[in-house]
Amino acid sequence: METIWQFDLVHFWAAALAFSILMYVLLDGFDLGVGMLFGISGDAGMRDRMLSTIAPVWDGNETWLVVIGTVLFGAFPVVYAIFLSAFYLPVALLLGALILRGVSMEFRGRSTQRRWLWNLGFSGGSFAAAFVQGAAVGALVKGIDIDNGQYVGGPWDWLSPFAVVCGLGLVAGYALLGAAWLVAKTQDHLREWSYRWLLRLLVTSAIFIAISFAWTLLAGLDITARWSGQPMLVLVPAGLFLIGIAGTVWSWRVRADRLAYPMTALIFLAAFTAFLLSFWPWILPGDLRFDQAAAPPASLEFMFYGAGIIVLPIVVLYTVGVYWIFRGKSRPLSE
Amino acid sequence: MLEFDPVILSRIQFAFTITFHVIFPSFTIGLAAWLTTLEGLSLATGRPVYRRLFDFWLKIFVVAFVMGVVSGIVMAFQFGTNWSELAARTGPIQGPLLAYESFTAFLLEATFFGVLLFGRSRVPRWFYFLSCFMVAFGTSLSTFWILANNSWMQVPVGYALEGQQFVPTSWSAILTNDVLWVRFPHMLLAAYLTTAFCVAAVGAWYALRRVHAEDSRVMLRMGLGLAALLIPFQLVIGHLNGEYVEKHQPSKFTAIEGRWETEQPARLLLLAWPDEAAERNSFEIGVPVLGSFFDSLTFDSREPGIRTVPAEERPPFLIPFYGFRAMVGMGLVMLFISWVGSVLVRRRRMDAGKLPPKWFLWATALSFPSGFIAVVAGWFTAEVGRQPWVVFGALRTADAVTPSLGTATALTSLLIYIGLYSIIFPAGTYYIHRTIKRGPGNETEADESTEVKIHRRALPFGQ
Ligand code: HDD
Ligand code: HEM
Ligand code: HEM
Repeated sequence: METIWQFDLVHFWAAALAFSILMYVLLDGFDLGVGMLFGISGDAGMRDRMLSTIAPVWDGNETWLVVIGTVLFGAFPVVYAIFLSAFYLPVALLLGALILRGVSMEFRGRSTQRRWLWNLGFSGGSFAAAFVQGAAVGALVKGIDIDNGQYVGGPWDWLSPFAVVCGLGLVAGYALLGAAWLVAKTQDHLREWSYRWLLRLLVTSAIFIAISFAWTLLAGLDITARWSGQPMLVLVPAGLFLIGIAGTVWSWRVRADRLAYPMTALIFLAAFTAFLLSFWPWILPGDLRFDQAAAPPASLEFMFYGAGIIVLPIVVLYTVGVYWIFRGKSRPLSE
Repeated sequence: MLEFDPVILSRIQFAFTITFHVIFPSFTIGLAAWLTTLEGLSLATGRPVYRRLFDFWLKIFVVAFVMGVVSGIVMAFQFGTNWSELAARTGPIQGPLLAYESFTAFLLEATFFGVLLFGRSRVPRWFYFLSCFMVAFGTSLSTFWILANNSWMQVPVGYALEGQQFVPTSWSAILTNDVLWVRFPHMLLAAYLTTAFCVAAVGAWYALRRVHAEDSRVMLRMGLGLAALLIPFQLVIGHLNGEYVEKHQPSKFTAIEGRWETEQPARLLLLAWPDEAAERNSFEIGVPVLGSFFDSLTFDSREPGIRTVPAEERPPFLIPFYGFRAMVGMGLVMLFISWVGSVLVRRRRMDAGKLPPKWFLWATALSFPSGFIAVVAGWFTAEVGRQPWVVFGALRTADAVTPSLGTATALTSLLIYIGLYSIIFPAGTYYIHRTIKRGPGNETEADESTEVKIHRRALPFGQ
């Protein structure tokens, strides 16, 4: 009995972790994406309007990253320790990029002479943050060296060619989410501009996904061994993926402003499901399973009764509420 | 000669990033409460001055809050990057406490922060007020959880060791830790006092320059009034903090005292310079008997010296020693200014059309950093005084560092943070300073942050 309960608690926190990661990717994904598109567009008026679509929500979005970190720390402390020591430099770069981006967004509006600098900080920080996250996922798929519960690799192990491809892929993917968000939130010229990028980025993202998938197969990375003989592992994500792509193209063709974001989100969901299914029940493939990495029951239970079943639903409710408050289109400045 | 190894670099990095971080919470915790108060007053009385002050302080709040959030995210990950042994061993206790902080506090404040900034014309007024309150409430919850975590590291309770891992045996012991319940109010009051003095200082500065008369009066009266009320509590709670240190952390206590030899009755040292090799001070100035009085409220108690602590468990003593004195000194400055201020209010020297004495306005205007100095000094006392332990008495700092971390890697991240912070700190200070210079109600178009401007016009309000 005791052990079954413990096992369910582990499942609960693994699910909560997956949920937080998904929230982070889908939410901060679009505002990092808007940050990158901001860098691409040179037009000051367009830039101001882009910013106004994310200004009320970016802070809450980014906080899901902290949630991921602390859930990992609380529920799977060993993994928290291993990941963060393996990814020491990328994490420092990621945090530096997020700092630069956050303050630049705030400072650019106040600055008169140095606005170009903060603009650069905002878009550059967004690029760097997206790239590093993608690279880290790539490094994880490739596998990291651990021995006896500790990271034993070097500081630059994460930066393999495969990781670079994954990094660039996530850059394209987040920018895709950003374009879909802009399509829903803006009008006229900027909306058209965003639609153009929506299509370009869709193609780019699809290419990157294909490359990394093929690479995984060809290199015979550990996780592919799990795919053979379990067609569901491939079919479910592939189905979601195709629906997402078709839906995005459709919303581009008929200019269905509000459909684009959910459809691009579906593409991410597909990639995320593929990732989860290939890993589960390993948190570090071949080395550590979720249940082996879990904190003792007293920790999981303490988190479960308060944060897990009470606070988390409330958080979801008010997050939805605040998005609801800021629903609808932003309008261009000149009106 | 200082050897740069990963441990010392990680310590420098942690000290540097947390010091940078804590400056902003100290200010925003109080400021969120101040904004809530102003919005409440404005709702209740309808006087324009409250709304004007709200809009003014909101602009300052935004800059400080954003810097607080982004520098905080760094903190949440450093436990793993630099102190992975600490994270792996104490994760079952520290992890859930920090997870509670994210779930109950961070998400709350960050989400409603958006409403605070851009929701004014999109939601009913009561809801806007509620959002202010939610942000303020979130910051207080955050203070609670972070102090619960830090208090456990200072005085670990409610745990058992399983192998190398610290496993919780009683969460109620961890959350009712008496140490937590003197440190949490001490920190909360510290944040309120910090903000109170910043508000009063801005008021004093306007009064000196004879601008914004009404706003200046409200800020002076409210800031100094709140400070006058809170500071006695802070001094009493500070004393209780001292008692816990004496009881649970004798090594830190002797460092704060700076005496090498046990004395009876004990002196209170005002200045000291240690000679560690000779185990005595090469220079010191002290007041007889006062040490016994402060430590035990008697005139002849016996107070322990540093020598009673084994050499390998002694913290470096200069920082806790002077940190403590700086903090208490700031407390006395606050007491003096705020009480003189109350006397002036009672003598009607702060009524409309009157100006308080110039020297007093100068003193108040110059007191704006007093809270920041006290907070940073207090934390340095607490954290450096706990060395060489990271979990007091149970885990040494040197054993907590990430095993795979190399010197070059640690140096790289340290330089990244130093580089970044030395750009954004002056910039943030500059923008806050400029907002203060322009003053409340005086906003030109360029003064508003563009986002606010865009939002005013661009969103389909009232749709
Ligand atoms: C006394 C208060 C206090 C202290 C000592 C600390 N913090 Fe803090 N922190 C806050 C009070 C606070 C705060 C008031 O809640 C924030 C929100 C905005 C701000 O300015 O400070 C904050 C923001 C903040 C954030 C960003 C949250 C978000 O995304 O909204 C993180 C992750 C942390 N902190 C983590 C830490 C860690 C790991 C600390 C210690 C090692 C720490 N803080 C010390
Ligand atoms: C409340 C949350 C805090 C926690 C959980 C915390 C925890 C830690 C940890 C893990 C270290 C590194 C290990 C060590 O050197 O002992 C440390 C060191 C340090 N912290 Fe804190 N800290 C907190 C708040 C603060 C604040 C607010 C300050 C100051 C403004 C501060 C000042 C320092 C300093 C100066 C060091 C370096 C001490 C030394 O190595 O000599 N801490 N703390
Ligand atoms: C007579 C006045 C005061 C006394 C006796 C006092 C006492 C103490 C002591 C003994 C500590 C160390 C606690 C530890 O090691 O954990 C401490 C910490 C601290 N003090 Fe004070 N204090 C006083 C005034 C103030 C004032 C005026 C402020 C700020 C406005 C302040 C802010 C802090 C902070 C932020 C800390 C670190 C957090 C903590 O450890 O709780 N103190 N104080």
